[in-house]
Amino acid sequence: MRLKKLLELRKRPIIDQWFERVIKSYAPDTAQFIKNQKDPFSNPFGSVLSKGLAVLFDQLLTNPDSETVKRSLDPIIRIRAVQDYSPSQATAFILILKNIVRENIKNELQDSQTANELLQFESKIDALSLVAFDIYMACKEKIYDLKTNTERNKVYKAFERAGLLTETSEPDPGLQRS
Amino acid sequence: MSDLPTPEEMLKVDHRPPSAGWMDSPVEIRKGIACYAGNPKSLEAVGFPNPRTWSCFDEDWQLPENWQEILHEGFKERLERFRSFRVFMDICVRCGACADKCHYFIGTGDPKNMPVLRAELLRSVYRNDFSKIGKILGKLNGARPMTIDVLKEWWSYLFQCSECRRCSVFCPYGIDTAEITIMGRELLNLLGLNIDWIITPVANCFRTGNHLGIQPHAYKDMLDFFADEIEDITGVRLEPQINKKGADILFVTPSGDVFADPGTYTCMGYMMLFHFLKENYGFDITWSTYASEGGNFGFFTSHEMMKRLNAKMYAEAKRLGVKWILGGECGHMWRVIHQYMDTMNGPADFLEEPVSPITGTKFENAKSTKMVHITEFTSDLIKHGKLDLDPSRNDHLKVTFHDSCNTSRGMGIFEEPRYVIQNVCNHFYEMPRNTIRESTFCCGSGSGLNAGENMELRMAGGLPRANAVKYVHEKHGVNMLACICAIDRAVLPDLMDYWVPGVDVTGIHEMVANALNLPGQNERDTDLRGEPLPGIEGQTEEEADEG
Repeated sequence: MRLKKLLELRKRPIIDQWFERVIKSYAPDTAQFIKNQKDPFSNPFGSVLSKGLAVLFDQLLTNPDSETVKRSLDPIIRIRAVQDYSPSQATAFILILKNIVRENIKNELQDSQTANELLQFESKIDALSLVAFDIYMACKEKIYDLKTNTERNKVYKAFERAGLLTETSEPDPGLQRS
Repeated sequence: MSDLPTPEEMLKVDHRPPSAGWMDSPVEIRKGIACYAGNPKSLEAVGFPNPRTWSCFDEDWQLPENWQEILHEGFKERLERFRSFRVFMDICVRCGACADKCHYFIGTGDPKNMPVLRAELLRSVYRNDFSKIGKILGKLNGARPMTIDVLKEWWSYLFQCSECRRCSVFCPYGIDTAEITIMGRELLNLLGLNIDWIITPVANCFRTGNHLGIQPHAYKDMLDFFADEIEDITGVRLEPQINKKGADILFVTPSGDVFADPGTYTCMGYMMLFHFLKENYGFDITWSTYASEGGNFGFFTSHEMMKRLNAKMYAEAKRLGVKWILGGECGHMWRVIHQYMDTMNGPADFLEEPVSPITGTKFENAKSTKMVHITEFTSDLIKHGKLDLDPSRNDHLKVTFHDSCNTSRGMGIFEEPRYVIQNVCNHFYEMPRNTIRESTFCCGSGSGLNAGENMELRMAGGLPRANAVKYVHEKHGVNMLACICAIDRAVLPDLMDYWVPGVDVTGIHEMVANALNLPGQNERDTDLRGEPLPGIEGQTEEEADEG
């Protein structure tokens, strides 16, 4: 419980540092925009990031609720999945939190109980990272689904227009016509 | 613990661009962002230069030997021909007002998608080639010579702009960055650098009359098929007039409405509206299998190609001898009509100034082009009480409206679509103010970027639009995104699928038709999509009362 108290006391600076480290993965002009533009409709990423990181940190301080975690993580990963990042780069911002926490409590780590609690806390960060990976994959799979459906619809519709499917009473159930 | 590499070090996540300026950061052409190159047969079909099989992912783009000279001369010619282009090259003070207004910048986070920087791609070469100070000071003045790397950068970023003009709304000097993209793409076309999703529809449209290359009999088959569907739903058989000489009005709509869901339901909506007007007021309108495309992808290649495609609609109006043209729910068709048609192919003085034969309203805004937008036409009918509407048939819909870039910023249509929606639906909710009307966010797939291979770009570019839809979806339960553009109808379903599942996409005239009572109709059980109408079970008495 010592660690929890320490982290609750330093919550704001830790979340702020986390936010700063995430936006450093963008070009400087972009990072400045993500940080300074406060309107959520002009800056969707900055908005979901600042809200999401705060919720995720709170969740890590308690017994994380998997639905709440997914709800906060999904919008962040969903955006990074379509940006110019490799899978590791898109999800690495979770693990960055380990360093930030260590830096913030390095003077207290001499205390064995705190150090022990930190190991447990970091395990939760690891678990969060795995959830992030699942979400990232789901986003990519959705992208590939959309691409596949686009291509399949082209072929299907071409056949249909050519009158080659006139005997087919039902559309192929595997195809989503959109 | 401190000796261990940090996660950032291990994963090398800190990939901020090198401290070198943007000019020295070479472009990376990536799958998911880039579109496939144009089919050489399509280039040949319209007489475009340098047709060959090539790929943007190859090192060698198979350019003509004197490609730099061709570009320089093309640049020079356009600076002389288009005063706006020269002014836009000269007057930007790099204030940054446009920088964060682009949906591609907001979505991708790539600073080269800031409109100012995209325009700098051309300006840097302009300074080098056409400005004395630029020639003397070189890089110090932001000038650089055209090299193969610069050319690839042009190609990559000019096809990451949907020419939506949102940035121009915020420019204190009124620079229209879309016009810069238009010129840039025109220059690229001089070297045969285009994308297939643009040039093949252009070739199809030029030869057959529409983007998909649908021949007249297939076009008619589709309208007949819709008539069957409408008969199943309403019990009313309607017979659309096709290629009728001497009709009062010619109807032109994007072919997407005829061949791509969910636009097909909008097409059925037009047909039902025209049938209603014919039965009640003797309305005389004809479809055309030759002017079977409102969209004008020529707009994304060159001014000349845009003119050639636009001229076909007017040639057909002349051939059929109609009085004026009614245009369907399309995007860039309207931008071309509103901003370019009159200069290119106008005045259409063989047509009459459009007057609604039902209400007598004179559409003075269409005095020169002779072409009226269908939401103007329908809202005028509603205003005069000429339609028999039962909006409760749309009660299962909670609707929001996406202002399409071309009709909003390109021609100022804001009120008419909203007026129509609010008269045919009972549940309408606006998205936040800074995401609609003149500040609307693009669908992320406009200006020919609605291909499949660039899906990551489309999803990133559509983020700001989807984010605003998500807001009204969560706040008001919005489940239907209405729009008046065929590209929107084609691409927004994918965008919703990725960002806001549970929201579907519709054209406005689909909802008009759902609400419209046709003379002699049966009691309807479903909407045009075959979905059961709200509360159909147990409400027959009430419906009977209403009927």
